[in-house]
Amino acid sequence: MGYTRELLELIKKVEATRSARIARARAGQDFPPLSLEGRAERLRFHPDYKAEGRRPLRVGPSKGYAICHEIADLLEAAPLVNPDAVDLRQPDYETDVLVLGGGGAGSSAALLAAKNGARVLLTTKLRHGDANTMMAEGGIQAATQQAWDSPYWHYLDVIGGGHFKNIPELVRTLVSEAPLVIEWLEGLGCLLSKEPDDPQGTLRMIHGGGTSRKRMHFAADITGAEIMRTLRDEVRNQAGKIRVLEFNPAVELILDGAGRCQGAVLLNLETKQLYVVRAKATVLATGGSGRLHIQGFMTTNHYGATADGLVIAYRAGVPVCFLHAVQYHPTGAVYPEQAEGLLITEKIRGYGAHALNVDGEQFVFEREPRDVESACFIRECLEVKKGVPTPAGKWGIWLDSPMIDAMCGAGTVEREFPGKFILFKRYGIDIGKQPMLVYPTLHYQNGGVNYNQRGETNIPGFFAAGEVTGGVHGENRLMGNSLLDVCVFGRIAGESAAAFAREKYAPGEPTLDHVRRFVAERRDAGVEGKTASPILLPDYVSQTVKDKRLPA
Amino acid sequence: MVQQPLPETVRIYIMGKEYVVPDSLTIQKAFEFAGYQWIRGCGCRGGICGACATVFRYPGSFRIEVGLACQTVVQEGMYIAQIPFFPAPKATYNLDDVAATTQAIQALYPELYKCMGCNTCTKSCPMDIQVMEYISAVIRGDLREAARLSFDCVMCGLCTARCPAELKQYHIAELARRLTGARLQPRAKHLAEQTARIRAGYFQPMLEEVERLDEAELKKRYVAREAQPQEDDPNWSPKDKSYL
Repeated sequence: MGYTRELLELIKKVEATRSARIARARAGQDFPPLSLEGRAERLRFHPDYKAEGRRPLRVGPSKGYAICHEIADLLEAAPLVNPDAVDLRQPDYETDVLVLGGGGAGSSAALLAAKNGARVLLTTKLRHGDANTMMAEGGIQAATQQAWDSPYWHYLDVIGGGHFKNIPELVRTLVSEAPLVIEWLEGLGCLLSKEPDDPQGTLRMIHGGGTSRKRMHFAADITGAEIMRTLRDEVRNQAGKIRVLEFNPAVELILDGAGRCQGAVLLNLETKQLYVVRAKATVLATGGSGRLHIQGFMTTNHYGATADGLVIAYRAGVPVCFLHAVQYHPTGAVYPEQAEGLLITEKIRGYGAHALNVDGEQFVFEREPRDVESACFIRECLEVKKGVPTPAGKWGIWLDSPMIDAMCGAGTVEREFPGKFILFKRYGIDIGKQPMLVYPTLHYQNGGVNYNQRGETNIPGFFAAGEVTGGVHGENRLMGNSLLDVCVFGRIAGESAAAFAREKYAPGEPTLDHVRRFVAERRDAGVEGKTASPILLPDYVSQTVKDKRLPA
Repeated sequence: MVQQPLPETVRIYIMGKEYVVPDSLTIQKAFEFAGYQWIRGCGCRGGICGACATVFRYPGSFRIEVGLACQTVVQEGMYIAQIPFFPAPKATYNLDDVAATTQAIQALYPELYKCMGCNTCTKSCPMDIQVMEYISAVIRGDLREAARLSFDCVMCGLCTARCPAELKQYHIAELARRLTGARLQPRAKHLAEQTARIRAGYFQPMLEEVERLDEAELKKRYVAREAQPQEDDPNWSPKDKSYL
């Protein structure tokens, strides 16, 4: 397979400019980064800035707040499960802490809740560890090197990347807990990359988009997978304290008459049986929504990223914030077609690889914050018309990975990016010798449910952590802060939930009346549509099959 | 089905049933094209989570092929089945109590020494990992080497499913990696120093200060940040050291 003849011709233009570009890079002459005003001007090309892409919510605690149609549709939708069909009297499970979600945030929460003496039930829609955490590649930020960095500089980078809109207490918690999280992971045996043969065990660090200091820690190019498999292994080591239920997503929260959370209703995806869980405290860690394909974009996200937790929390009365800002990762693969949407880690640009147009020329500093970088890519293709045409009729931008081998020595790409190297090798492309073709791809839900630095929501006994929450990243998350987010706030939510179960829990009569009230509000607002949420699974079945199916 | 393959389509057999699908699809997308909605057997769709371990045969071949459904493109005549789950018990342990030795691993996975060196595990790995080599490394006590060789493991379980000696290779590898990270590599000195300062409240005043700033002042400080150069220089330090 490999590149088509047309693309091979175009790659020659990239090769033609490479040595001059490398010389400039070696002399420290970066393509000039944009000023704050320049960023604002370029951001007009970001998908978020399309007015027709969003609409005000018509029902619920954040009624009037304008967000993308795809999430609005689900937040406004009718409940998947008829509340009258659920018998709440006899719980199938009882626990101190119920964790909804088995990714990085849920696993961290379960571990810390168990450590704090709670009996834990962790339920997850797919397998334990099937989550966006697993797919995060580039790294995890933490100011661990006191010679040049501190949580203060990390704070400034985070809040500037988020357009100064982030919630300060959350940012402060994120950056000051960050080194503690790295130490926790190191103690669990997570293999973050270290300087070879260094008796001081110095962790390797690089830049990411929007960072002023090198503080991106990483585990080769599979940082998230290494963190996730370590956390999963440790959760399973706690089998006596943490019980794991796979393929059992939560489909509704259970409240009591006083509005406190008392657990959740789960659905066994395979047998379709509903289970009632009574819990003293519940942690929402269900992740994001990339599989909704906002504005038709391809996505880097996991199969399960369908906003389920967001939906059930909203229905129970938790407001949402920052959902108007969606993150498009600048570098999703657009070639070959089979790999479309696949994440190409920002670490490639962190190592200095240039982003280039069809003429093989630079048009953007390669480490702008993600929203700015993506907007510049889209502008270069749609406005400047210097994108690279793909065989499938799309546009792409070259990502000049061979530069890394040229600058850091032959074999560096294969050694530092083993995951991507093997993947492209399967498609006949040697990314140490040939550039990759990329385009912005739907990557991250910047916003989510309101919560605070203790992981609390406005519902007593209900906590949240990770991508399902909003506020810490403001309007745009920086690279390396999502793995950090899930670990920092997952741990906090687990601790808080265990403390709540121990000290503050008060029993109450379980009800789903909030769901009935939501249905009434929906009717009164005249919301129509057949969609029922949470949707749980994306549906990629071809239309020809759907048209001929036995009607449901 | 009696459909004839059109140009740019192939005939595949999903658990023995014939479907005609576009030849550009991965096995995962071909199932969906054919009408399946995944519950098990589908995860990241990006080749890293190990949910979609798949076995297949080409027509006329004696050989069992393996792949991740999300990474493998369909080909004419493929007979395909998935192994979405395989029973492979994981030992539970307190990491602090496990020595970084072969004996300690063997105590948790007694089948370790049953390895007969047949190399079926390596041939069954969709990530091209030298599985038998890392098992050998564990047996001879070189856990670091086992960690290095197994680093790209997605824990799909195909090695374990096919091992005639019934080893749980991917769980053994996970333990070898964790022992390497926690026990065999030196702990990061700079990290321990920084966390000590955090626990002592050293950064609290500067974070309280920055948390109170209005947007104009924040922007000023943000723009004025001194950027560490991209080129590696372990001795670099910023001119402004007041917030370190």
